Amino acid sequence: MWGCGGLGRAARALVGPRGRSSGTGPPGRRLGAVAGDHYGPAFQRGPGGFSENDSWKMQLTSNSTRFVHLTEMKSSMSAMKRLYSTSHTTVDSKEMNKFQLLAHRWWDEQGEYSTLHSLNDIRVPFIRDTLLNMSSDHQLGSPLSGVKILDVGCGGGLLSEPLGRLGASVTGIDPLEDNIRTAEQHKSFDPVLAKRIQYKPCSLEDIVEETTETFDVIVASEVVEHVADLEMFIKYCYQVLKPEGSLFITTINKTQLSYILGIVVAERIMGIVPEGTHDWEKFISPEELECLLDSNGFLVKTVNGMSYNPLSGSWSWTESTSINYAVHAMKCRVKEQSSSREPPSETDKEEHPAEASASTTV
Amino acid sequence: MAAWVSAGGYCLLSPIRGRLRAGRAAVLAWRVPLRAAGTGPVYDVVVSGGGMVGSAMAAALGHDVHFREKKILLLEAGPRKASGRLPESYSNRVSSISPGSATLLSSFGAWDHVCSLRFKPFRRMQVWDACSEAMIIFDKDNLEDMGYVVENDVIISALTKQLDAVSDRVEVLYRSRAVGYTWPLTCHLSDTSPWVKIDLTDGRRLETKLLIGADGQNSMVRKAAGIQNIHYQYDQSAVVATLHLSEATDNNVAWQRFLPSGPIALLPLSDTASSLVWSTSHEHAAQLLSMDEESFVDTINSAFWSNLHHSDFIDTAGSVFRSAISFLMPSGTAARQLPPSIARVEPKSRAVFPLGMGHATEYVRHRMALIGDAAHRVHPLAGQGVNMGFGDIACLTHHLSTAAFNGKDLGSIKHLLQFETERQRHNLSLMAAIDLLKRLYSTSVAPFVLLRTWGLQTTNALSPVKEQIMSFASK
Repeated sequence: MWGCGGLGRAARALVGPRGRSSGTGPPGRRLGAVAGDHYGPAFQRGPGGFSENDSWKMQLTSNSTRFVHLTEMKSSMSAMKRLYSTSHTTVDSKEMNKFQLLAHRWWDEQGEYSTLHSLNDIRVPFIRDTLLNMSSDHQLGSPLSGVKILDVGCGGGLLSEPLGRLGASVTGIDPLEDNIRTAEQHKSFDPVLAKRIQYKPCSLEDIVEETTETFDVIVASEVVEHVADLEMFIKYCYQVLKPEGSLFITTINKTQLSYILGIVVAERIMGIVPEGTHDWEKFISPEELECLLDSNGFLVKTVNGMSYNPLSGSWSWTESTSINYAVHAMKCRVKEQSSSREPPSETDKEEHPAEASASTTV
Repeated sequence: MAAWVSAGGYCLLSPIRGRLRAGRAAVLAWRVPLRAAGTGPVYDVVVSGGGMVGSAMAAALGHDVHFREKKILLLEAGPRKASGRLPESYSNRVSSISPGSATLLSSFGAWDHVCSLRFKPFRRMQVWDACSEAMIIFDKDNLEDMGYVVENDVIISALTKQLDAVSDRVEVLYRSRAVGYTWPLTCHLSDTSPWVKIDLTDGRRLETKLLIGADGQNSMVRKAAGIQNIHYQYDQSAVVATLHLSEATDNNVAWQRFLPSGPIALLPLSDTASSLVWSTSHEHAAQLLSMDEESFVDTINSAFWSNLHHSDFIDTAGSVFRSAISFLMPSGTAARQLPPSIARVEPKSRAVFPLGMGHATEYVRHRMALIGDAAHRVHPLAGQGVNMGFGDIACLTHHLSTAAFNGKDLGSIKHLLQFETERQRHNLSLMAAIDLLKRLYSTSVAPFVLLRTWGLQTTNALSPVKEQIMSFASK
């Protein structure tokens, strides 16, 4: 409804209490933080993105200093410096503090990340059914067994874990060490997932060299809208994917509606999202994304709209891609194919492959 | 241990405050190393209680395609029942299995075993009042089966066979009982294990992502979770016995007569045998149990046949009303049948147990679900007890199967709440109806008798209403 990707990410970017999910502060007050789930360059948005910083400081200090572990902060900070050496953003300790609090909140289903938890209800079946339709047979009870998946910007592992439970071997990467730590810790209690998932605190470019043509599937969910150089990102994806491998992207469209709902309503009017969380300029339209994918050796197979109902807290598939949408693209066997730049015809597009299953499994 | 349980319960009871506490604890514990070594095995689902409902739950999950890779454990305090040959004589503990329950049992192959062992279908149900001529007859147009009378031992035996068939997925621990449950914090924040921990009597400790409490009306799971159970004892006990008929008949009718002291029901077991369930006052129940076999049989026969409780006033009012109905709807009423007469009672088959009703205010918590009598207990007058339990299983299995296919955490409260909503809607209305019937028929005061007489006669004449009742009760 209102820029749900935005909402989702905003949720990620939200620390602290809202209503019943409250953690450490009085209700109604919000803490903003950098969305940890995202691919690194998200931080290049600069301080303007966190204009409420000053007003948060006091609360942060009062609420969280007692939990701060200085050594950890330092190590995280040095990691940040390493990862974002090209970035002009200097990440201050207050921000780190927020990440640390934030990183704990990933697995609260009713908490700040609830929109992402419920997004699993459609994105997991979408990935699963698309892959099942492409393969001839699968193992019952473990439909994705044998599939190697790279989850870029895995955050706390919200999407890595369900994919792992379906049998896939998942590599989750995230530039934020705290996220990886949370993800690592959470999966460690599950003996099955502990074996199937591995997490690395790094960005995509860090692993491109060593993982060329390694993965069957790349998942970049609610990530590309934070990427500084999207074309580079897509090129890296191409590089680490096996031939005919699949790339799944979910993101938010660049429309007036997404501006109104995702930024004006969600951030300024309803205050669900901290102001400045979203940079509308970074949003990308499906046409633009298709074009980028197309010119970089991908064949776009599916573009589906997604809509979030804030009343029921649930996601559903929709015809309209005007706010949130999901893309499935396949790496062409030979890159030259793409130079002919045949736009995918309508018949190529699968018609909401996950929709049927989503509705039957409710 | 106890402190842990109560802390968990507290946290669950007051989620917001619990979460606050949890949040703080988690952050403070942040530097503690990851997982403590030496914790027990982690199961995907542990079912506590290996009765009919618990065993069926484990078997249903064990046979589900999306549970192929899951680890399921069934905990049963009793020994494994030898699944050898069935004894000649019928057991006195029988269940009336609705078509819906039979469908559930056949979905994982257990019904075939029931059919090959021993069961008796019935095609008609006749319910009538001891205080008037009023009666109601349920049957289906094409004489389809309305339900099946099956001995509980037969059901257990069929379920055990189906559990054996999936022994690679479903482990069954007999003679094992949980002595304590430790609940995880509602939201997983820290490095404490997110699973439910179960301590067994032999000192072993297990962990599970989802605990299903199928441990009966005195459910320990329910108590450990601190879930409130609204319950009361009826002033009645049920006397059960296996009876032999005077002569062989088709014996495909389930009979029930409402006496002022409580309903007496005769359920067919074979052409020559039926099972008795007689709900009556505690004193009368004790008398029935201690009297000699011959007078016991006489008492039963007169309970079904006697017109002692009739009064002229009610009879007249009832017959006037009935003729009015038959004038309005000439084809509306079916002929009244007479129950078979009883020749003797199977020696040592008489038993008594107290009756009550209970309902758990919640069926689910984080990583926990209650099914069967642990969640709801009813008066046997409608023969719904185990069917409600099997209905819970069908619903919970559906939601868990979907969750597994979507790669979800099985213990997530989200789909458990869907199960709770669906089942409470069904169970509560059924329980309310059963309780109302029990109370309405526990009196011989004329206005109430007249009311129920007319009510029953009207209902009997209205086929759509009867069909609704039947379809609801046969789920």
